[in-house]
Amino acid sequence: MAKKKIVLHFPEESIEKPVTYHLVKDFDLMPNILRARIDENEGTLVMDLEGPAEQIKKGIAFLQDQNIGVQEAIKDIIVDQDQCVDCGSCIGVCRPGALTIGPADWRLGFDHEKCVFCELCINTCPVKAIKVQF
Amino acid sequence: MAVKKTYEEINEKIRRGEAVVVTAEEIIDIVEDEGVAKATEKVDVITTGTFGPMCSTGAFINFGHSDPPIKMTKVWLNDVPAYAGLAAVDAYIGATELSETQGMAYGGAHVIEDLIAGKNIRLESEAYGTDCYPRKDIVTYINKDVLNEAYLFNPRNAYQNYAVAVNASARIMYTYMGTLLPRLGNATYCSASQLSPLINDPFYRTIGIGTRIFVGGAQGYVAWQGTQFNPVQTRGGNGVPVAPAGTLALIGNLKGMDTEFIRAASFHNYGTTMFVGVGVPIPVLDEDVVLKASVKDEDIYATIIDYSVPQRSKPNFGRVSYAELRSGKIEINGKKIRTAPISSYNKARKIAATLKEWIKEGKFFVQRPVENFPLDHTFKPLEIVTEEEI
Repeated sequence: MAKKKIVLHFPEESIEKPVTYHLVKDFDLMPNILRARIDENEGTLVMDLEGPAEQIKKGIAFLQDQNIGVQEAIKDIIVDQDQCVDCGSCIGVCRPGALTIGPADWRLGFDHEKCVFCELCINTCPVKAIKVQF
Repeated sequence: MAVKKTYEEINEKIRRGEAVVVTAEEIIDIVEDEGVAKATEKVDVITTGTFGPMCSTGAFINFGHSDPPIKMTKVWLNDVPAYAGLAAVDAYIGATELSETQGMAYGGAHVIEDLIAGKNIRLESEAYGTDCYPRKDIVTYINKDVLNEAYLFNPRNAYQNYAVAVNASARIMYTYMGTLLPRLGNATYCSASQLSPLINDPFYRTIGIGTRIFVGGAQGYVAWQGTQFNPVQTRGGNGVPVAPAGTLALIGNLKGMDTEFIRAASFHNYGTTMFVGVGVPIPVLDEDVVLKASVKDEDIYATIIDYSVPQRSKPNFGRVSYAELRSGKIEINGKKIRTAPISSYNKARKIAATLKEWIKEGKFFVQRPVENFPLDHTFKPLEIVTEEEI
């Protein structure tokens, strides 16, 4: 069994497609949705895909056929603590609340599990301490 | 009888290593527990600190003379233009000046940080050549050790309070107050509030021209009132302004600074600026000093401004306290809005703590202002007029 973290980008015409159902039913995969943000215009979905490596490959090919953008080589958001000045500018754009700062110590905290890879924090950081790692 | 202390008495205690020094956070608890009178008796100095982006930052540099000498008219430091319209080898590098090759990714602030870090900087200059300064161009490398003088001179730092920024429009905005999400998606604020120098001395009793300060990790001085100094700003009952008011012009030796306490910044689609660490000691002269310095976040208010209105006078959504801002959420028109600081409270704490240590160790003395700031100075706008209308 293999496991892969992927980010799906749904264009407007693909929002209503029940892709998770197909991943389970047709490809025998175990999708675990970590984060989802879908509105009338577009959607982003972060999921873990678990199953035989060959099936994961097929499942991803299916998603791509559905005109859904798939980021496979999953990115990781890295906060460089040596560069960070703990200003807190980034938390204002972090809708899922993965980046936090507060009364405990006023130091920047980052919870990978909550991150949905929107990347708004990358440009917002004034000292370029937040980076995307592929 | 109420306790009164002089600068000389306080400095004598510092010299003997007996001065009681606390931070502007610590004085809050002391006053709450023991009252203003006892706190005034017990404490000799209260230290403040702030670490926010301060665009009005820059450094004067003297390069020394080359052979043959040059009267530099245009100067670039790592491709960032510096102002050289003074003397032959003096220049001023401003924090917000952008690189001619890298744009907003690198600016004057980064040159200043690199100098402080001891890095080598490429110096390029052009000149028209004179009988006494025959050279017309030069390319060489400098660092802080080969420069004659290199000192920070910041026309406006340490703002006494600032606005809370929101964006009521439908598009995302990139500002010097950070990224503002549309439809009141977030609110940013920029003050060390209860630790901020001028909030703890709201009427500038002990902070004036000549006050010795911590700047960027070195000792420096208040040189003048800061630009846009606005002491007549609306104030709360405790004397603390509810919007931007007083400012400080600061000077300090760049060669003695530390990048832990001064850092270049680049705000997306806005440009470069500089986080400047500033700490000011407040000598406990009497109970009034302690009363003012014991102000806490719940009693310090800022005004919420809509940055999406492209006019000088912007609409506001009322006032909010720093206790609310620091809780992470404020409410505007019944909507809960995420808040984010722009100025580092963690660094502000470190600065106040470092200054406290310096004073306790007898390395830093309090300085009576040579002159106090005016309290009736007004902040004027720039009107667009013809020569006849002015």
